[in-house]
Amino acid sequence: MNLRRFPVMREISIAVLVFLYVPVIVLTVYSFNANRTATVWTHASFDWYLRILANPSIRAATWNSIVLAGTSATAATLIALLAALATRRAFPGRDTTETLLRLPLILPEIVVAVATLLLFVSLGVSLGLGAMIAAHTAFCIPFAYLPIRARLDGMSGSYEEAAQDLYADRFRTFRRVTMPLLWPGVMAGFTLAFVTSLDDFLTSFFLSGPGTTTLPVYIFSAIRAGITPEINAISTVMLVISILLVSLSFFLGQLRR
Amino acid sequence: MMQSAAVRQLVLLLPALGVIVLLIGVPLGLMGWVSLLEKSASAGVDWQASPGAGNYLRLVWEEDFDGRMILNPTYLVIFLRSVLQAAVTTLLCLVLGLPVALWMAGLTRTGRMVMLLLVTIPFWTNLLVRNYAWLIILREDGWTTAVLNRLWPFGPVQLLYNDAAVAIGLTYSFLPFMILPLYSVFEKFDWRLIEAALDLGATRRRALRRVVLPLALPGIVAGSLLVFIPCLGAFVTPALLGGGKTAMLGNVIQAQFGPARNWPFGAAVSIVLLAIMLAVMTAMALWRSRRAPR
Repeated sequence: MNLRRFPVMREISIAVLVFLYVPVIVLTVYSFNANRTATVWTHASFDWYLRILANPSIRAATWNSIVLAGTSATAATLIALLAALATRRAFPGRDTTETLLRLPLILPEIVVAVATLLLFVSLGVSLGLGAMIAAHTAFCIPFAYLPIRARLDGMSGSYEEAAQDLYADRFRTFRRVTMPLLWPGVMAGFTLAFVTSLDDFLTSFFLSGPGTTTLPVYIFSAIRAGITPEINAISTVMLVISILLVSLSFFLGQLRR
Repeated sequence: MMQSAAVRQLVLLLPALGVIVLLIGVPLGLMGWVSLLEKSASAGVDWQASPGAGNYLRLVWEEDFDGRMILNPTYLVIFLRSVLQAAVTTLLCLVLGLPVALWMAGLTRTGRMVMLLLVTIPFWTNLLVRNYAWLIILREDGWTTAVLNRLWPFGPVQLLYNDAAVAIGLTYSFLPFMILPLYSVFEKFDWRLIEAALDLGATRRRALRRVVLPLALPGIVAGSLLVFIPCLGAFVTPALLGGGKTAMLGNVIQAQFGPARNWPFGAAVSIVLLAIMLAVMTAMALWRSRRAPR
């Protein structure tokens, strides 16, 4: 008799998994449907994928998204790495600092997005890629910070002590001992920050100026104009990229310490 | 030596705290101030206006033709609907998420890892895309509607653009937020307590209700908070799956900062949303500190 088994829990769990994955699978299947009406299945085809590749506005939006996510995630990871090193040891005010760093996770995104819009417009900062990079960097910080902190918490300080006992200076210890041990955490943090920025819609929606549409903003306006097979295809591409990156981050997090 | 360590810590923290304060703290503060101002004739903010609570009053009252203040239920209804919709979603997530978390915790190590990944993936995939998937499933010319129309004898069914569609979309969006904190409780669960309950003659159902649920309470509270708060500010789901009569707070904020162009009023709605959120979080924190053993 297994103590951990309860009646119907397994059945409900399987139903929930179906609920979680069926919509995504339906979307993927439809993206390969040759029929334009998208309700009638004719035969499988890659037409829509070829079409989105050829679409100049999708290509521009994709490029904007990649530049935005790459820049914001890099900035956020560097900032978060420094912060994680600082909060490694206890100090007065550490709890407050950690709450501040997690603030973007707690606050409703739409509120922060319109507040940032308000700030930028009243300061005369022009909207567009620069404004989006600044805002994305801010909300990506906790996503980069948490995996780095988790890795640091799991690291014993004895390697660093040994290095210092062997006369390595602070910088050398950091470069030759701390960083190599911390690396998977930094990469996991960067990946999560990258995915978060890549998938973000709301903040970009308010801060993208004319001509700097990101992929999610493009998808939103396309959906508003009507469901098309192209949207299915581009959505599927976004899904696949997120799933690959998150799985990568997950395995980096599981790496042996 | 002590001093230099403290200085170094501060220097390391400075970029992170600087970015958070400048790009989150300052904007929110500015929004609080703007919510007390009026919009200018050119649709921006009238910075010269003397601050007042006009925008907040306008959430509840409006001036009628004779200049008297009368109750305007428009925004009250939207507030109520948002809170109700968030509450329903939280409950749905709990009912669906608790069995999953409990079942996951009882699996082998590999099984737990696989399930953790399966539950986490939707959390990270694009919110917009996931809601769009429901748009495809529920739309009028889709096969779901066609099948239901065959089964349902009382006229054509409309699956999209109503509160139920929004509830489905929100539950789908935020379910992982409920499963993950519950799982972290069950992962550390002392299963011998179940054994004790069964030895003392409890049925499994009774053990679940009297032993598992009370001990899972911190996870239930944490998960509910994580679902309730983003639901309250949801924009994408009601915008895609809802219709004109299912607007939530997020839609009002977007409309004021977009087409309606009344930024001070939109700021006031945002501040009220923050206030509700803060009230819920304070209530939870109080409850937690009361419960904690002294």
